[in-house]
Amino acid sequence: MKSVVCVKQVPDSAAKVVVENGQATWGDAPLVLNPWDEYAVETALLQQEAHGGDVIVISMGDESSKEALKHALAMGCNEAILISDPAMEGVDSLVTSRVLSAAINKVGEVDMAFFGRQAIDGDVGVTAAQTARFLGWPALTLVSTISELDPDTKVVKVERSIEEGRQIVEGKMPAVISVVKDIGEPRYPSFMGIRKASRAEIPTWTLSDLGIDTPEPAVSWSDLFNPPQREITTEIISGESPEEIAETLAEKIMEEKVL
Amino acid sequence: MAGKIWVYLDHFKGEVHASTWEAMGAGQMLAKDLESSLSGVIIGSQVNAIAEMAFQYGADQVFMADSPVLEDYRSEPYANVLSQLAKEQSPDIILFPTTTRGRELAAICAVDLNTGVLPDVTALEVENGNILATRPVYAGKVFAKVKCTRSPQILTLRVRSFPKAEADPSKEGKPTSVEVSVNEESIPTKVLGYKQAEGGASLSDANVIVSGGRGVANNPRLTPPDGMDEKEAEIWRAHQGFKMIEGLAEVLGAAVGASRAAVDADYIPYEHQVGQTGKVVTPDLYIACGISGAIQHLAGMRTSKVIVAINKDAEAPIFKLARFGVVGDLYDIIPPLTEALRKRLGK
Repeated sequence: MKSVVCVKQVPDSAAKVVVENGQATWGDAPLVLNPWDEYAVETALLQQEAHGGDVIVISMGDESSKEALKHALAMGCNEAILISDPAMEGVDSLVTSRVLSAAINKVGEVDMAFFGRQAIDGDVGVTAAQTARFLGWPALTLVSTISELDPDTKVVKVERSIEEGRQIVEGKMPAVISVVKDIGEPRYPSFMGIRKASRAEIPTWTLSDLGIDTPEPAVSWSDLFNPPQREITTEIISGESPEEIAETLAEKIMEEKVL
Repeated sequence: MAGKIWVYLDHFKGEVHASTWEAMGAGQMLAKDLESSLSGVIIGSQVNAIAEMAFQYGADQVFMADSPVLEDYRSEPYANVLSQLAKEQSPDIILFPTTTRGRELAAICAVDLNTGVLPDVTALEVENGNILATRPVYAGKVFAKVKCTRSPQILTLRVRSFPKAEADPSKEGKPTSVEVSVNEESIPTKVLGYKQAEGGASLSDANVIVSGGRGVANNPRLTPPDGMDEKEAEIWRAHQGFKMIEGLAEVLGAAVGASRAAVDADYIPYEHQVGQTGKVVTPDLYIACGISGAIQHLAGMRTSKVIVAINKDAEAPIFKLARFGVVGDLYDIIPPLTEALRKRLGK
């Protein structure tokens, strides 16, 4: 079985992100493999352990995104590909998905493509579904459990996490799956994996390698700004006893008229 | 009428999702500003009742694709129907509530219609006849103003961010039936069933959330049953703590949330996690118990209307966001607080 995992490099979730001169900045916080994508890598590796084959990790971004790819290699992916092109600066999800689907086609004979549910920088959360549509494959998004995956019969059975609970769905392969956190804790890179990843040659594909002209995004970002500062006066409730504190607090909560 | 605004009416097997009427409210506002007509679109099986309700919530017209093959939401057939209809009717704007279905459908239709999608929008303005949408990025640490430069402009609206449309029971209309040419054989997925969510309100929709963090496991007065190792005892303590939190949540009709630390320590399942890698929530009241307030957690709940923090550590960052704070042991405070609120709410 051949799987592709699509990943992104993002500022660490603990980063304090602020807007300076119209740009988002995060000081010296590290760039990391998008935490949701670690779950996608883990999923692909678990399927590989069950069914054999290769796991190819792909990222779109600049040269620095190779670090995210190396993390995925160190976890156990077999190959990594960077898609990088100056023309892709500031592209939207439509372009991203078109490029990723072209890359998956270029890899060829892919049985499954795995994604995290969203990247924690743009929080767009539509790339998996859009890539599936470009590929003409079923989109099985927000998957919390893969209960069955059979590369021979080309059937995959999953549980999707929806508002009302879980939806149990069966789909035909090849398919796109985006995963949520309950799929299973991502493994740590092994020492051997890290050594292997540090020596890995990661090829770079450009748009012309994928046969795509300069893309025109359909979304424009006109402004980035810091959230308006909320005027909060914190009132610390104190009292002689927990009961007294609880009574005062209950009274204050009722006065806010939110219940 | 200059333009056409559509609202996708989201439902789960015929039960309308409350955020659908929020999207209708936003649609009404835009229709007024842009002098446009407002239409609802519903896809499903036996959804006539929702289609009719949409007229009361301000729709001038409702397109209804009703067929047994559409009984369960599946992205492929639903998107086929919606994209086909949009190609025929050329709406200028399509609004979806940001439910799991709305976001996915918006994404796929944007591909079909070769246009942009603006997901999880929290505010809207009209600028030169186009929508300027505000959406939180980096889990709300930063906001972006974005535009869709093609037509239709596709947006999904964050749940609980727009006021619900007012229903006018005197309004009625007849839905326009849409021919459904999808057949079962052409659909690459099959829905085999559902597992219902555990009891209690869903986090994203909740008016009130009571959340617990690592502090929930720290009740010194509890003695775990014999024979447990240290980790088992910790989880046992945490479960007792979350039972207490559930008790308060029950009185308030609230959903139960948790910090990532509590989820990672196996105190409570992941679906309760609030924060950057959990759910982003906007309740009217958020009660944080034993949560110190890591930046990832704050990003997920900072837009809550009123925040109450109960924590032993007076320096905990959560207090900076809190309207009311109690510096103290949650085990001392929550039981009498539950009783005090129960009394006032007459439960």
